[in-house]
Amino acid sequence: MGLRWTTLAGFAITALIALFLVVPVLLSVYAGLSVNYARGISAGFTLDWVRQVWSLYSDTVWRSLIVALMTLALTLLIGVPGAYALVRRGGRFARIVEELVTLPVAIPGLALALALILAYGGFGAFRQSTLFVVVGHVLFTLPFMMRAVIAILETIDWRTLDEGAASLGSPAWLRFFDVILPNVRPGIVAGALTVVTLSIGEFNLTWMLHTPMTKTLPVGLADAYASMRLEVASAYTLVFLIMVIPLLIGLQLAADLTEKRTKS
Amino acid sequence: MNARAEAFTRCGSAITTNALTKTFHGHTVLQPTHLEIASGEILVLLGPSGCGKTTLLRLIAGLEQPDGPNMIRFDGEDVSALPIEKRNVGMVFQSYALFPNMTVAENVGYGLKVKGIRRKQRESETKRLLALVGLEDYADRRITTVSGGQRQRTALARALAIKPRVLLLDEPLAALDAVLRERLRVEIGLLLREFGITAVYVTHDQAEAMAIGDRIAVMQRGRIEQIGAPKAIYHRPANDFVADFVGTMNRLEGRVSDGILAVDAEHTQARLRVGGGDRSAVVCFRPEVARLTAGPGAIRARVIATTFFGATQRLVAEVAPGRQLQLDLASSLHFAPGQIVAFDADPQAIIEFEKDA
Repeated sequence: MGLRWTTLAGFAITALIALFLVVPVLLSVYAGLSVNYARGISAGFTLDWVRQVWSLYSDTVWRSLIVALMTLALTLLIGVPGAYALVRRGGRFARIVEELVTLPVAIPGLALALALILAYGGFGAFRQSTLFVVVGHVLFTLPFMMRAVIAILETIDWRTLDEGAASLGSPAWLRFFDVILPNVRPGIVAGALTVVTLSIGEFNLTWMLHTPMTKTLPVGLADAYASMRLEVASAYTLVFLIMVIPLLIGLQLAADLTEKRTKS
Repeated sequence: MNARAEAFTRCGSAITTNALTKTFHGHTVLQPTHLEIASGEILVLLGPSGCGKTTLLRLIAGLEQPDGPNMIRFDGEDVSALPIEKRNVGMVFQSYALFPNMTVAENVGYGLKVKGIRRKQRESETKRLLALVGLEDYADRRITTVSGGQRQRTALARALAIKPRVLLLDEPLAALDAVLRERLRVEIGLLLREFGITAVYVTHDQAEAMAIGDRIAVMQRGRIEQIGAPKAIYHRPANDFVADFVGTMNRLEGRVSDGILAVDAEHTQARLRVGGGDRSAVVCFRPEVARLTAGPGAIRARVIATTFFGATQRLVAEVAPGRQLQLDLASSLHFAPGQIVAFDADPQAIIEFEKDA
């Protein structure tokens, strides 16, 4: 009976915590759909706020997606070969580089953004382009990609795989594509999930880096909260959820699929 | 078997090393080594871990750079500066180094694909190699789903697929269990001979070395202690180290007079006919050359333990406390611990080393 009591208590506590976390989200969704949040359900429901948000802010949704994808592309291009190079190099130098790459995560986003603006603010075209935001995101997300790939590299015998392929006449670049990349895929997938999620939700850094023409979704959200009625801002949250949840599920499914393929 | 062998071009290069040396961080792991490996010969590098055998193999493979130029030649051509991917050597690794992202057939065909050989030809070549190692039914299996022995044979087929100039094997059986190891040892020996390929085979297992090698190089501390045919190594070891490493060796120390070695044994008489003039000597003999004798001039020793091996049994006996000998005798005989046995050894099979050799 003691076991049953603790199990029940466990359920209850878990449910309470889940509710505590979910209720604000649900309330927000509800507020975004209600005609007047202050008057409650009696005022009725509407999609007007969502429509208004879409007409005002749809560009931020697309920009967020583009920024996330560009960030992902860059972290893949830099992070995966970079991680392999670091593991291959090994030793103290590689450790120092790894720490340096991780540093931007520890530095407050605002400070990082300020540094970027100080350094590159003078290059007008670059400063005003979406690319400027992407650069900030890459700085911030790169360590997550690299760490995920390094973690997998440390579990596979990459050196022997590489030597095996070399003994069969394969040049270094081909060995990287033929035997290293396919075998670190789980790390790449995990890293990619993290990078996309972080990039889409990033506010801190982006808020400093953006211009009126390069607003991302979270920045637009802050705008809406600050300057519009509560229902509009809440509808914005709803749009964010509608966009992010399918994206995450899709990425996870894609990840599962590739994993199954490697295992079967 | 011959018909199958004809299907492959003989592609073994002769290997020459000239004062081949390797130093890691100021520590010489391979002393200057001169080797002549004939085309088609199978040379086994045998020794304990850390003796430099794997380093020597990796130098021949091109996975390590030698200390100087002009140290390694294939058929007279200096290959010292070529990295492994340009040396055309087949390599079988201890951990197999098979690619988990590919099937058995894809692994075997990888080297051909890299060479740019067209799909049709690649597939028929792969099929032929898989048949040779008895894996035709496993072609489309993932590497992760086949057994250790099958992986080992896949690795061998993959290395042979590129028609290498030499085949290099780094403890290829070490990861397998004892029964499989014994079976594959014979199989690999046959396969290598069938291919007629020059092979360098690294192992720490003397039984494996004897079964596979045309010649064996016994190594210790970065140098080759002795190189020769397995029988020569076993029956005429050059020194104590080789003698001990390639089998069990009994050792007796004493003075020889009138061709009889007298051992200072405490409570038993120990005399062995060895021949030759008067001298101080260290004589050695293998357990299997011991024979019971009733006559004088025998070694008398106290039985400590017996181990049954089937046709023979091994006696551990001591001539003095702490000075043990091992004797292989017919298992039909009965010995009890504490019993005294009298035996001698075939004088032809007795090996003598200089004292402190």
